[in-house]
Amino acid sequence: MTDQTFRLTVDGEPREVTTDRDASLLHVLRQELGKSGTRFGCGVGLCGACFVLVDGKAAPSCDTPIWSADGKDVVTVEGLGSDGGLHPVQQAFLDEQAAQCGFCVSGVLVSAAALLAENPSPTEDAVVEALDRNLCRCGAQRRMMAAVLRAAEADR
Amino acid sequence: MSLPPHLAAAPRLSSWLHVGDDGTVTVRTGKVELGQGILTALAAIAAQELDVAPATVRVLGAHTGLAPDEGPTAGSMSVADSGSALRQACASARALFVAAAAGQLGPGVVVRDGTFTAPDGRSTTYGELAALVDLDVDADGTPTPKAADGAPVDVARLDLPDKVTGRPRYLADLVLPGQLWGRVVRPPSPAATLVSVDVDAVAATEHVVAVVRDGSFLGVVADDERVADLAADGLRRAARWDERPTLPDEDDLATYLRTGPHTDFVVDETGDIAAATGSRKMAASYSRPFLAHASIAPSCGLARWNDDHLHVWSHSQNVFGLRLAVAQALSIDAGRVVVEHVESAGAYGHNGADDAAFDAVLLARAVPGRPVQVRWSRADELAWSPFGSPQAVDLAARLDNGRITSWECDIWSQGHTSRPGFAGTPGLLAASHVDGGAPARAPVDPPPERGAGSARGAVPSYDVPARRITGHRLDQVALRSSSLRSLGAFTNVFANESFMDELAESAGADPVAYRLDHLSDPRGRAVLEAVAERAGWASRPTGGDVGHGVAVAQYKKGGWCAVVAEVEAVADVRLRRLTLAVEVGRVVQPDGVRNQVEGGAVQAASWTLKERVRFDTCRVTSTDWETYPVLRFSEVPVVDVVLMDRPDLPSVGSGEVAQGPTAAAIANALAAAVGVRVRDLPLTAEAVVAALDRR
Repeated sequence: MTDQTFRLTVDGEPREVTTDRDASLLHVLRQELGKSGTRFGCGVGLCGACFVLVDGKAAPSCDTPIWSADGKDVVTVEGLGSDGGLHPVQQAFLDEQAAQCGFCVSGVLVSAAALLAENPSPTEDAVVEALDRNLCRCGAQRRMMAAVLRAAEADR
Repeated sequence: MSLPPHLAAAPRLSSWLHVGDDGTVTVRTGKVELGQGILTALAAIAAQELDVAPATVRVLGAHTGLAPDEGPTAGSMSVADSGSALRQACASARALFVAAAAGQLGPGVVVRDGTFTAPDGRSTTYGELAALVDLDVDADGTPTPKAADGAPVDVARLDLPDKVTGRPRYLADLVLPGQLWGRVVRPPSPAATLVSVDVDAVAATEHVVAVVRDGSFLGVVADDERVADLAADGLRRAARWDERPTLPDEDDLATYLRTGPHTDFVVDETGDIAAATGSRKMAASYSRPFLAHASIAPSCGLARWNDDHLHVWSHSQNVFGLRLAVAQALSIDAGRVVVEHVESAGAYGHNGADDAAFDAVLLARAVPGRPVQVRWSRADELAWSPFGSPQAVDLAARLDNGRITSWECDIWSQGHTSRPGFAGTPGLLAASHVDGGAPARAPVDPPPERGAGSARGAVPSYDVPARRITGHRLDQVALRSSSLRSLGAFTNVFANESFMDELAESAGADPVAYRLDHLSDPRGRAVLEAVAERAGWASRPTGGDVGHGVAVAQYKKGGWCAVVAEVEAVADVRLRRLTLAVEVGRVVQPDGVRNQVEGGAVQAASWTLKERVRFDTCRVTSTDWETYPVLRFSEVPVVDVVLMDRPDLPSVGSGEVAQGPTAAAIANALAAAVGVRVRDLPLTAEAVVAALDRR
């Protein structure tokens, strides 16, 4: 392990981190930058629990080495809102009570935020497609889909 | 007046609640949040009885040193057991506060929203009275809780604001001062033993604090989580294991389940089978494979030793049971062990939580005074958490003019519980891996009075004059299994309700009408009629590639659930819609119940359509989300729930009521769509093709 220094923007703030170049972005977020809102689920990018926005695209932070995030703009679930408020999709998840255990929610919200940024008025099919890389084991998917559509509605 | 059992066991009001001088109500229960919102439901009960705003109620996690011992949070019993105790405790506390308020304001005080108001308009609050009211008294069962006249109330989940903003909530987020990270290198297969391992290179790595080897238990502790992962990889490469082919043929679990040795037991014997009339006999066999809990979070544990005292943080279903099991495994006094509950991702039964906690205990012992967090890998989560038990069910019935005159059932199953402390053993994974550790015992079943295990749900609710139901539980098992949501009821109801459709078909009867003809229980009839109405059963389209199926069952002599499934079978088996009618007695929180029923139905659909633990002769091979697929967003059906409130009946659990009926309704809908029946789960496209080929 050879430590290197990387600079990236995390939730709007410029951050500098010195770590092994192969360390995952998830590890850096959780252990070096105190951003524990992003969850570890599988470590190989198959469940979506660790999704963050990297330059606006939802990406598995567990499967993203820190070297590839150097200079990028990273937004976690903790940075989705603005001005201290909730992102509309976060509010919609509360309004719809769209979770059970909530462990997958960070990643689902990131996928939803990426979708809404690109397509403010998605169809149900577009929502399904955008969330299909996220797994939810508690079976709250329908509520989450309703919440994303509600957030889109609220934004109109 | 008699107290609810859990209150009788811990009658001191102060062990259930505390009122602060700022008016905050702190509730301590022995139940734990498993991701289904139970703590919010309990907060709603406390708020309703005390007449305070739900937001002022805080529910603390279970803690062996502080909370009442209410046993495991399991079996859909939390609202019934803990809720009734808390309700009575809060009713008694409210009366004490009303008396104190009357002492200050005179008679005729009414309480509303946390404020006590006298007829002349003067008022006081819970907070102002807190110092005057002594809750260090025992509940005497008075007054009667006001629940009976309280309307159902929906309280927004208290934990969701943290969860949608990513604030720390889960055990993996908890970082204590001086914390270290531990990893366990599990054997490559269930029967493998560690032959040799050279730990020197790993032990000498920078940031590695300790390497622990004890028999076949191998682990590492580091002061950096990433180093812990890399060090575990290094140990894995350095370890030599002796593996043995002990696993059964994955494609022939029925033979494995029927071969034994078994413990045989009578579940139900009613009437005289030999005297049953009618010439027509029907028989069929159904099965499900091993299932994984497949929680989205891998299991996690945290432990710290200080001198002889051990503190454990765990997402266990039963912190009290875990404490005793840890003490037993280490031969130490349980009085030296404290176990505290911290939430993790959803739990659907006895998963790897307790095992991960014990892993942390063993690793932390090497670094006294330092807390050690162990987080499992995804592969270990899918391969080493206890599985849901495989089960096969043989059914036979005699029909007289279409009417069922006898019903025989043989259940072949692994037991459904190996919780910590079961069968007198610690029941902790690593306890069987350490030097001299006893091998894991075969799982057992909860006793009939606690809902049974293999036999749960096996006795049909139908009016059948003669029944014989027999269980055959394996005494030796190849893979560890334990409680998974609804235990044996999932397979038994899948079997019974698939068979009912086959009987209806042989009688030339409509599946709903045939069931109603055999069902006199008014609660059962009510849910069945309601679901048929809601789903438009009578006018459902028939023919084409779409089929509809129905099923109904009562869960543990409690709630009733009826389901209509709509399945499309073209290139794949596609579940389009589930309509459910559910009656779980008095409903405290309608949306909470709906959420539970929706989630249960979707999870049951995932088990039914996709899930199966894979293995070869030595190793479990379904160790990631590709080899153990679960239902995805694009596969989740529309779920429509009709909730039938019965304020005159006690509240019973809703978390497991949908499991069995959902499976059977899907199977029946698939049979209606494709014209052949698949009797072995999961109902994959390959299984349908195989069934068509056999026709």
